[in-house]
Amino acid sequence: MSEAKLGVAFFTLLRRDLMLAYRHRAQMMNPLLFFVIVVSLFPLGLDPEPELLHTIAPGVIWVAALLAAMLSLDTMFRSDFEDGSLEQLLLTPHPLPLLVLAKILAHWLVSGLPLLLLAPLLGMLLNLGSEGLLPLLATLLLGTPILSLIGSIGVALTVGLRGGGVLLSLLILPLFIPVLIFAAAAVGNAEAGIDITGQLAFLGSLLAAAFALAPLATAAALRISLN
Amino acid sequence: MSIIPNWLHRLSSPKNFYRFAGTASNWCGWIALVLIIAGLYYGLIDSPPDYQQGDSARIMYVHVPAAWMSMFVYVVMASSAAVGMIWRIKASSAFANASAPVGAMFTALALLTGMLWGKPMWGTYWVWDARLTSELILLFLYLGYMALNSAIEDRETAARATAILALVGVVNIPIIHYSVEWWNTLHQGATVTKLDKPSIHISMLIPLLLMAFAFKFYYLSNVFRRARCELLERERGKAWVRELVGGEKGE
Amino acid sequence: MSDFFHMGGYAFYVWTSYALATVFMLFSWIQPRLRERRLLRDIERRLKRGER
Repeated sequence: MSEAKLGVAFFTLLRRDLMLAYRHRAQMMNPLLFFVIVVSLFPLGLDPEPELLHTIAPGVIWVAALLAAMLSLDTMFRSDFEDGSLEQLLLTPHPLPLLVLAKILAHWLVSGLPLLLLAPLLGMLLNLGSEGLLPLLATLLLGTPILSLIGSIGVALTVGLRGGGVLLSLLILPLFIPVLIFAAAAVGNAEAGIDITGQLAFLGSLLAAAFALAPLATAAALRISLN
Repeated sequence: MSIIPNWLHRLSSPKNFYRFAGTASNWCGWIALVLIIAGLYYGLIDSPPDYQQGDSARIMYVHVPAAWMSMFVYVVMASSAAVGMIWRIKASSAFANASAPVGAMFTALALLTGMLWGKPMWGTYWVWDARLTSELILLFLYLGYMALNSAIEDRETAARATAILALVGVVNIPIIHYSVEWWNTLHQGATVTKLDKPSIHISMLIPLLLMAFAFKFYYLSNVFRRARCELLERERGKAWVRELVGGEKGE
Repeated sequence: MSDFFHMGGYAFYVWTSYALATVFMLFSWIQPRLRERRLLRDIERRLKRGER
């Protein structure tokens, strides 16, 4: 009986966050625009020679994805913190980690999933090639939720702090490095014809671990930050 | 909590810890000094140069213990932070916070000495080999911890927030290590890029272990002193601090 | 003796490493002592003034 209520709470929260995002959809576009701009800077700063771009494409796209994730994470709890609804969330009888999961899911749907939709465009800009596209999408599908999950811990720790955004980056970017390494390498290896199931499996297990543990850490961090 | 012995329980009170830490710091300090002198003698004078790397291998006696400490201190930091948060023991949280700058110092030292060891070996100061890269990331983790600590005003909240960060970090460190190792084997160039210890001869093992223990005692001495400072600051208003300052003229 | 300083040609690298270690560890050792002394003095001063 309370499980039904929990399910209702989960989906209500999810729907609310998605509606809020939709209402502010202009703002939600910003990290995506950032994603495209950052990727475009590399040919401009280096050499638009197709071979070079093809080599750096997986790494550049993934670094840009990390940076875009950093930007979008900032919004995860901030508006709720500012208008007091975050505190209300902590007071509900439902287990906080599950509610946090709803917010993370909403965040990923709004900020992570669109990166996958933009990937073909960016692949074209950087001469990624057709063999790289599907692996890129696979790594983005597995990797961007990990960014949202781990990132939520950092957001929860820094919500309401001065210098929040930059501090958040300092805390979270080192933790993203394993995802970056395996995702970018997987795309590169796939282009070279090497089998990447091992690497995708590793990303998958990171995702599973993050899915299980991150909401707990985030919930604990939220309670601490809101005292 | 009957598993905790009585003396340990008494130690968790800030007042007792303050006194204990002072004594412990001095003892560990002297032991560290003796071990350092012994280590320096055996490392610089009484051990042979490596047949491959010559006298530059002597850098190992600083670099390797520093690297070991950088890892060890992070684990201790995370553990004492967790203990401080779960059982609300201020002395434990103070110990964790005090460990951070020392750990960061050892990490920076490991990086710099690693670079100085690498330059004569393969011609450049920096290579993205697994060891140096992992140490660099570890430095970022330490600095992040210290940044979060200084960003939060309330000391109690800061202790708990940094505890979470340290625990997340400690879980991630093996994952980061594994990823960086794997990444390194992917991109290994023709030249040997591993910052390999020279084949360890017994005469090299002695100074290495001496320095390793010396650094451990140094760390303890330093951390106890820093933890005292931290406790003093957090407990300024309390009676025991007032007694301490009013009674003796400080130390 | 000059062999000792020469370190087989690696003098700069070896001695800089040990110098860095010394400087870092010395600084790290002195800094908390100074801070503690300053802190105790500050607390004492406030006590005398009758503040908390």
